[in-house]
Amino acid sequence: MALITCDNVSFAYEGRTVLKDLSLTIERGEYLCIVGENGSGKSTLIKGLLGLLNPSAGKITYEKGFLNTAIGYLPQKTEAQKDFPASVWEVVSSGCHDLRLFTTKKQQEKIHAQMELLGITGLKKRSFADLSGGQQQRVLLARALCATQTMLLLDEPVAGLDPLVTREMYQIISMLHREQNLTVVMISHDIQAALHHGDRILHLSHGESYLGTVEEYLKSPLGMRFAGGDDHV
Amino acid sequence: MFELLVEMFSLKAMVRAGVAGLMVSLCAAVLGVCLVLKRYSMIGDGLSHVGFGALAIASAMQLAPMAVTLPVVVLSAFLLLRLSSRGKLKGDALIAMISTGALAIGIIAISLSNGTTSDIKSYLFGSILTTSKGDMWLSVALTVVVLSLFAIFYRKIFSVTFDETFARATGEKVERYNMLLAFLTALTIVLGMRVMGAMLISSLVVFPALTAMRVCKSYKNVMLCALAVSVVCFFSGLCFSYILEIPTGASVVVTNILAFLVFWGIGKVRKA
Repeated sequence: MALITCDNVSFAYEGRTVLKDLSLTIERGEYLCIVGENGSGKSTLIKGLLGLLNPSAGKITYEKGFLNTAIGYLPQKTEAQKDFPASVWEVVSSGCHDLRLFTTKKQQEKIHAQMELLGITGLKKRSFADLSGGQQQRVLLARALCATQTMLLLDEPVAGLDPLVTREMYQIISMLHREQNLTVVMISHDIQAALHHGDRILHLSHGESYLGTVEEYLKSPLGMRFAGGDDHV
Repeated sequence: MFELLVEMFSLKAMVRAGVAGLMVSLCAAVLGVCLVLKRYSMIGDGLSHVGFGALAIASAMQLAPMAVTLPVVVLSAFLLLRLSSRGKLKGDALIAMISTGALAIGIIAISLSNGTTSDIKSYLFGSILTTSKGDMWLSVALTVVVLSLFAIFYRKIFSVTFDETFARATGEKVERYNMLLAFLTALTIVLGMRVMGAMLISSLVVFPALTAMRVCKSYKNVMLCALAVSVVCFFSGLCFSYILEIPTGASVVVTNILAFLVFWGIGKVRKA
């Protein structure tokens, strides 16, 4: 059974349908990229997958024993976080489930391991707000890893990063996918990166949607139009 | 200096005022950090005006002030949170409407009941020396409740404040924590009104947090620093008000302003 199955799912805000009749399976261990222009329902779909928004029609089912709260979510940064007084340690540890006043030994080990993995151990005591954009994303990724062992859901993980850091970020995500056996679902504006890193593409466009492997997508009419067909790869 | 303190606290009323004030300062500081970070600073201000209105009506109808004010303010806190989170009305506009509305109703209630301007003045600007024994113990109990609830949920409150969407995604019942925050704020405001006055109580919520944020960079340090700043400012404000014979509430606000300026300076120097 797939990790997540969306069966003819529709979402609506205040009576207006944002996403219609979407069928989608997310398999364990795959790297799925969701592309599409603004307003095509990408963020809505994310909320649906996380269980924050109920579909207006259709059904989302999860693999037995997998809870949507065990998805490691990397949301877009908020305005308030720009001057929020929080140490890197505090941010990363807030990803753990069952938060108590004091972190348990097991939680601490987990937090340390994720920070080590993402190369931010040295930043432990630094203020989150003072870090560079790339470092902040690593911290938030470490937080997401504390919340999951199975699946990462990334919402525009490279938004606002410069090209060099963007490449680094994609490499980290691919590393996590390969070495930690994580299922990755990434929302991105960057269609070339999606084609380069993803196994499959879900393209959402007003009214239309396309789901297939990268090769299939490039041969589809939608893929030809948006990714420029084969000649770009 | 020492003799002055002895003289000051030989007055029973002063001791009661001091204890009640310190307790309110502790609660306000802790809640203030959350409210400021959540961009809810004005909620304290709105609630204190509602408190004034409720207090005025209670005294006009000769009802027990606390019994009327407390539920009204708690209800308004929930309402404010509810309406502003649904986005039907923008939070700041809503608070402006509620504050001025409650203020107007309070003033009418006082004038209809032949209240004097001194009644209005004591509600608006506080009358710390009228703190009763009951008020004092109530504030002690409240502080125990607020601080222990806060300690229990400390990390969850951090998670929810830092990133509400992420907290929601990991299965936290975010609304519950927001409600808890609103409830505790309402309690603190009502108890603090007696000491600081309706006009000035929200400064106790906002100042220590903002002062601490000038120099502290982690959430934990901001919390601890805000607590310390709040207590020191209240105590020195109380002393100044005794020595200079000025209203306590205003005096505490001024010491808070001074502390803010000092910390702001330290922050600037550190950065440079």
